[in-house]
Amino acid sequence: MDATVETEPGTAETAATGTDAAKISARGVDVFYGDKQALFGVDLEIPENQVTALIGPSGCGKSTFLRCINRMNDVIEGCRVRGTILMDSMDIYDPTLDVVQLRARVGMVFQKPNPFPKSIYDNVAYGPRIHGLCADKAEVDEIVMTSLEKAGLLNEVIDRLNEPGTGLSGGQQQRLCIARAIAVSPDVILMDEPCSALDPIATARIEELIENLRERYTIVIVTHSMQQAARVSQRTAFFHLGNLVEVGDTEQMFTNPHDERTQGYITGRYG
Amino acid sequence: MATKQTSGGHIVKSYDEELEHLNNDIIKMGGLTETQIARSIESVVKRDPELAVRVVADDELVDDLNYQIDIQTTRLLALRQPMALDLRHIVAALKISADLERIADYAANISKRAITLSSAAPVAPVHSIPRMSRQAQQMLKDVIDAYIARDVEKAVTVWHADETLDIMYTSLFREALTYMIEDPRSISICTHLLFIAKNIERIGDHVTNIAETIYFLVHGDRMRESRPKGGPDVENLSLSFAERAGPKAEEDEK
Repeated sequence: MDATVETEPGTAETAATGTDAAKISARGVDVFYGDKQALFGVDLEIPENQVTALIGPSGCGKSTFLRCINRMNDVIEGCRVRGTILMDSMDIYDPTLDVVQLRARVGMVFQKPNPFPKSIYDNVAYGPRIHGLCADKAEVDEIVMTSLEKAGLLNEVIDRLNEPGTGLSGGQQQRLCIARAIAVSPDVILMDEPCSALDPIATARIEELIENLRERYTIVIVTHSMQQAARVSQRTAFFHLGNLVEVGDTEQMFTNPHDERTQGYITGRYG
Repeated sequence: MATKQTSGGHIVKSYDEELEHLNNDIIKMGGLTETQIARSIESVVKRDPELAVRVVADDELVDDLNYQIDIQTTRLLALRQPMALDLRHIVAALKISADLERIADYAANISKRAITLSSAAPVAPVHSIPRMSRQAQQMLKDVIDAYIARDVEKAVTVWHADETLDIMYTSLFREALTYMIEDPRSISICTHLLFIAKNIERIGDHVTNIAETIYFLVHGDRMRESRPKGGPDVENLSLSFAERAGPKAEEDEK
């Protein structure tokens, strides 16, 4: 297996903000679906309060890796994960760990907006309620309002909080899902192609939101749009055939990648 | 040519064709600029006003090509959203074409002065012009070759060669100054010569820009070479000559 090309984080100007301290640290992560190995010894540091983009062709393992971070792979039958993933030095594959608590700390936003068939208000209030984060109605109100505000949706829905979330436009539904994810005060937000079902304007709104959210959260985003990865992320990791080929500051990755395979992929050539 | 450094072409074939077209236009512009300099110097040396007029008129050809390259690069940036080597290729084309356009402007300037020079009596320092020009022309030729071959080593060599050109300029400056002091009637014609020499010296500076751009194109990084700049300081040189010319000249200087 080829060694991963890795450059030190924070060398480019774009990564100057954020702390560069690793929020998540993956070491030798192998993932198997039955007999088929999907990831091979992935070592990746994800810096706190930065956006890390995972890119690569379909089937390269980027979404598989993303789903390792909140143990979403646990629900896939025959899926085995080997190696270690630490979040703030805590082993997230520790058998004694409460997966529900982990997923509250590591929120996820999917490709297709998937609001609950409930009101806008209840979509956001659901998490805090089941996790017991609020004592009374006033506290729930507070969380719902701040979460919608942070997700940049509040002004658009303030007069119709009791209407169904599914009645919103695609872009609004996606921001509702982001509000739902941040309502339980996560540390990390995972996004799996969050804009692939959205038009360019709705996409721009989500990208602007991601830029604002990274002040408080560590974000990992899987995207097929290289331009999107270049616009929103500070770090970019390129996966190919289950290997992490190269990781570096986004600016460097898109102007001067070190690995031939990265260059081939991002410039649209045969690999 | 455009795909030289990365195995395989683009999945979208027309993208490859567009990059290659851009590459060829830069090479074409380089060739045209070389011809313009050669002819402009010839017009000085052979005291040929007709050739000089032609060089001035042909500057438009270089300008047109420069405009075409501007259009192509803008189009590529907007439509292809280039990344990595492709991005550097396009940015480099934009920068190199601007340098070449400037170099060709200097050739046209030289020819304009050749028209004046051809109607005046020749002065001795004019004989240093071809030698200085040969150095600049060789540098331009080599830098275009370095671009074609993406040969960084060659580009760095060209970059260092600019020092020789700077020394030649200083030497010609000194020669012309001496000539003017000895025979003030030659001041007008020597001033034209000095401007010609300065134009050639500036051509060398733009060639070094191109060498630096080639370095960036290939390595994606800034060139970090260093060399002494420009030989002796020409401004101080002129002062020392003024001092030597006596107290009267020194007062005028003040």
